Amino acid sequence: MKVSYYPGCSLEGTAIDYAASIGGVSRHLDLELAELEDWNCCGATAAHSTNHQLSLALPARNLAIAEAAGRDVVVPCALCFNRLKVAEKALQGPEGAHLGVSYQGGIKIWDLLDYLSQDAYLKDLAPKVVKPLTGLKAVGYYGCMVARPPAVTDKKDAENPQNLERLLKVLGAEPIDWSFKTDCCGAGLAVARPDIIDTLVQRLYERALRTGAECLVVSCQMCQANLDMPQKRISKAFGKDYYLPVFYFTELIGLALGHPEVKKWLAGHLVDPLPLLEKLGFRF
Amino acid sequence: MFSTLKAPLEPSLSLAERLAALTSVSACYQCKKCSGGCPLTFAMDFYPDQVIRLALLGQEDQVLGCRTIWVCSSCETCTTRCPNQIDIAGVMDWLKEEALRRGFASPQPGVTRFHQTFLDTVRLAGGRLSEPLLLGLYQLRSGGTIAKLKSGALTADLRMAWELARRRRLVPRLPHRLKGVKEIKDIFANAAKQEKP
Repeated sequence: MKVSYYPGCSLEGTAIDYAASIGGVSRHLDLELAELEDWNCCGATAAHSTNHQLSLALPARNLAIAEAAGRDVVVPCALCFNRLKVAEKALQGPEGAHLGVSYQGGIKIWDLLDYLSQDAYLKDLAPKVVKPLTGLKAVGYYGCMVARPPAVTDKKDAENPQNLERLLKVLGAEPIDWSFKTDCCGAGLAVARPDIIDTLVQRLYERALRTGAECLVVSCQMCQANLDMPQKRISKAFGKDYYLPVFYFTELIGLALGHPEVKKWLAGHLVDPLPLLEKLGFRF
Repeated sequence: MFSTLKAPLEPSLSLAERLAALTSVSACYQCKKCSGGCPLTFAMDFYPDQVIRLALLGQEDQVLGCRTIWVCSSCETCTTRCPNQIDIAGVMDWLKEEALRRGFASPQPGVTRFHQTFLDTVRLAGGRLSEPLLLGLYQLRSGGTIAKLKSGALTADLRMAWELARRRRLVPRLPHRLKGVKEIKDIFANAAKQEKP
């Protein structure tokens, strides 16, 4: 299957490990990701917080490019996905005339997790699992932007999504249900108010540990950054010794499929997942 | 929380009328479900339901000058759960934009500066974000480098930057230059002169 691919800015930068795992895994799943020609930044939180017009016009340009390419567009970044969906709705409403592009709505905008957890992909994935993730106790953490608000994202299960858990089961892991899978990590406040991140993320660590989970699995690079990067700092601030690796779901697909580059992807994390994986019998 | 009000309430309808073009704020019946689900209330001066109420009462100085609108993380939980379909997170955005336009001093200057620096970076880099440029510019504009150096905060920032750099996650180079750089320039220029309804 060939689809358009909108990586977003951070997958060229701080989330280059996520990008690498997506590239590696998609080849195993016969998914051809054709990067959108000349895509631009979606404007992110900065634009929707300070300039409504800009927050629509920037993603609208990407949608026009995607529509001209004629294929559904798959988006790994939760916020990019959300902003494209907001622009899609705006382009089809009264504001559409002021956004500088025309868009008929002939393509579908997917977030990557939703795309890869379609029944057909899960069915295709199951027989390819050569190293089942047996014993990996994980909580799925979706974050905010792939789900909310449903009027924008068109998701039916915004309060309690299940597709990450379904996927993890196919990979042989032990997903644990919990009530905080769509709670906020603090997102873009990470630079200006790291103290807010610490408060929110420490709560998530405690809640995850209480379920018996040994790791978190995410589909958003902002969530990954906020859960992974400050773990040492948060441990210090709260007098704890947290050890909770934060996997991208694509890294775990790669691991279960025996992809040779998994170790390289995981080396991008600040919380090294290898001790946990070696305890479970994985050798690299 | 309402004890922070400095003057008697003088209802004025103009703010509520303008917000009505965005979403049905007047449908709020103060169930407080937005505040119940909000993960950021610990950092706010007004709860989200209070912002809606104050906006309906026309308390412009209160809502445009409050911390709440800037520490809102836009997680959209309030908008998702509002039984009256009020786009509360959208109201927070609208108020931030209005506060900037009317020259209110942000009670969260770091957050405001981060948003503005982010967009400047995208514009300067010709359409895509350069994370190293954003972090460098933000640091420069924030000032207080000596104080940060003394408190150890700068050392912690630099250590984190190094941890990312050695993993090739923070590489000091500009993003790929777009063919549509002129279109991006026009989008920014057009957005800068747009007036809100």
